[in-house]
Amino acid sequence: MSSAMLDKTSAARRDGFPYAGSNVSLRERAYRIRRHALRMGEVQGQGYIAQALGIADVLAVSYFRALRYRPDDVHWEERDRFLLSIGHYAIALYAALIEARILPESEIETYGTDGSRLPMSGMAAYTPGMEITGGSLGHGVGIAVGMALGLKRKKSDAFVYTLFSDGELNEGSIWEGIMGATHWQLDNLIGIVDVNDQQADGPSSAMSSREPLHERFRAFGWHTQRVDGNDIDAVAAAFDAARAAKIAAPRIVICDTQMAKGIPFLETRERNHFLRVEPEEWQQAIALLDETFSGKTL
Amino acid sequence: MSTAQTAAPKKRLTTSAMIASIAAPGQRTAPAPFGNALVELARSRPEIVGLTADLAKYTDLHVFAQAFPDRFYQMGMAEQLLMMAAAGLAREGAMPFVTTYAVFATRRAYDFICMAIAEEKLNVKIVCALPGLTSGYGPSHQATEDIAIFRGMPNLTIIDPADALEIGQAVPAIAAHDGPVYMRLLRGHVPLVLDEYGYKFEIGKAKSLRPGNDVLVISTGLATMRALQAAEMLEKDRIGVEVLHAATIKPLDLDTIIAATGKGGRLVVVAENHTVIGGLGEAVAAGLLRAGIAPKFRQIGLPDEFLAAGALPTLHDRYGISAEAMVRQIKGWL
Repeated sequence: MSSAMLDKTSAARRDGFPYAGSNVSLRERAYRIRRHALRMGEVQGQGYIAQALGIADVLAVSYFRALRYRPDDVHWEERDRFLLSIGHYAIALYAALIEARILPESEIETYGTDGSRLPMSGMAAYTPGMEITGGSLGHGVGIAVGMALGLKRKKSDAFVYTLFSDGELNEGSIWEGIMGATHWQLDNLIGIVDVNDQQADGPSSAMSSREPLHERFRAFGWHTQRVDGNDIDAVAAAFDAARAAKIAAPRIVICDTQMAKGIPFLETRERNHFLRVEPEEWQQAIALLDETFSGKTL
Repeated sequence: MSTAQTAAPKKRLTTSAMIASIAAPGQRTAPAPFGNALVELARSRPEIVGLTADLAKYTDLHVFAQAFPDRFYQMGMAEQLLMMAAAGLAREGAMPFVTTYAVFATRRAYDFICMAIAEEKLNVKIVCALPGLTSGYGPSHQATEDIAIFRGMPNLTIIDPADALEIGQAVPAIAAHDGPVYMRLLRGHVPLVLDEYGYKFEIGKAKSLRPGNDVLVISTGLATMRALQAAEMLEKDRIGVEVLHAATIKPLDLDTIIAATGKGGRLVVVAENHTVIGGLGEAVAAGLLRAGIAPKFRQIGLPDEFLAAGALPTLHDRYGISAEAMVRQIKGWL
């Protein structure tokens, strides 16, 4: 995306929606988020790249449709908060923050290196736009409960989004948070679960009885939707509905995603929780991504 | 059960309530010093909120809840959520005072205090009842190792007040301190002792409460109250005991401790309501050793074991932290 393209639409931007009216499609945003993530992955040669590729569509909808923020003022009081409970997905969020121009693209080459603002696991003190230190897992929902309560105290109409994973649902603390959000009727809290069926030791579904997830969240009193997390229009519609719902309850968007979405030779790797990719394969993956995207948009 | 009609049955001490009073019969006390001090402070500090996990009544937070119902958050029996929600509220500008029992904060919620609060230096004040051996319910309620657990956590200030006066002074002090604090709490009718010593609490300062030429007792928490009683008893035997009260365990006031230890060849005793592992005793020992000071050194504290259930006075005497038990130990070391 060129800056000229942005400038043309600047008049149409509303405060807190810097890319409203942009003629860059969500699909292109997702493509570019994937591309930034692959380039960061190449710096390390390995990492949580499959998760990043899988969640790119959700992040594109989050940062280019749903969230209110100012790229040059990450502490803006009226911003919507986005909590990355799965600190391991930092590579994905950095890619989105770069695409949103909260972080400069030039920092891609520092990813995971000494002194970088982009450590392998997300930490609030390191990175502008990283709201919390995740990574221990099981923290995002509970912290979101506190922030949602805090926002209500301040009579703010900002939302708290928290992204967590199906693997994280193993943690009891997540369920304490889920019950707390219901109890306090936190209609300003929007949870996003990435259901990619992978965690460190193998498939999530083989480790814990996760399903029926939709029914579970409904039974816990949440406004519940389940969508294909790689269907960008479906995700966008679900986020819109989550914000608009007139119900005094927290909202969840369960997103079924494909690990390594968009790079077929990585999608089919059986154990892709932490991918090791050969040096020549990174450029192959980026080339494949470029070809696929340009083919779709031509 | 005795069936004898003639002999009056010997009265046995009972465990009594979950939080047995630590006040001796006839001792002066003040009611709910934490809850009352918090209410007083919160009148001028609208950012203060209170959170608990089904233990408002047992941590004196009910006083705050009654005064400020819309600033009180009952999180239910969910200590992980309790700490995470406090972190979230602090992120949004509130100053949460969080209460539960010390066993639950340390053993159930450690990761959430560590990563959601301490790592991010959030302004959360964690105030916990039943520190050390202050319940006769047995290990499920006896946080004999809470200081050992929390001392290793960076950014966390740790305070162990001795009495009602100090609790009342500590509340505004920890609110004025920017960052997370763990404070051990004595609740209910709490003994009032330090007013007789002209004491003023300051974070990070150890203060001498009485002089003595033969023994230096460095103590904290309720062990200070007991050490003062023991010192009076030892004085009758012409044994002079200085009591140096270190309410702040971390950061520890080693300058004052080293200066006091360097005065003459006194026996140095560290007394605490905590296991002898990883608490004030070992913190003082390490500090003295690093400074090249090696006095005759002894510890009064709870043994490294899961303690028994029973009546608190019995247990305090058995495990060495009653005034009488302190006297016996100190005499044995002289």
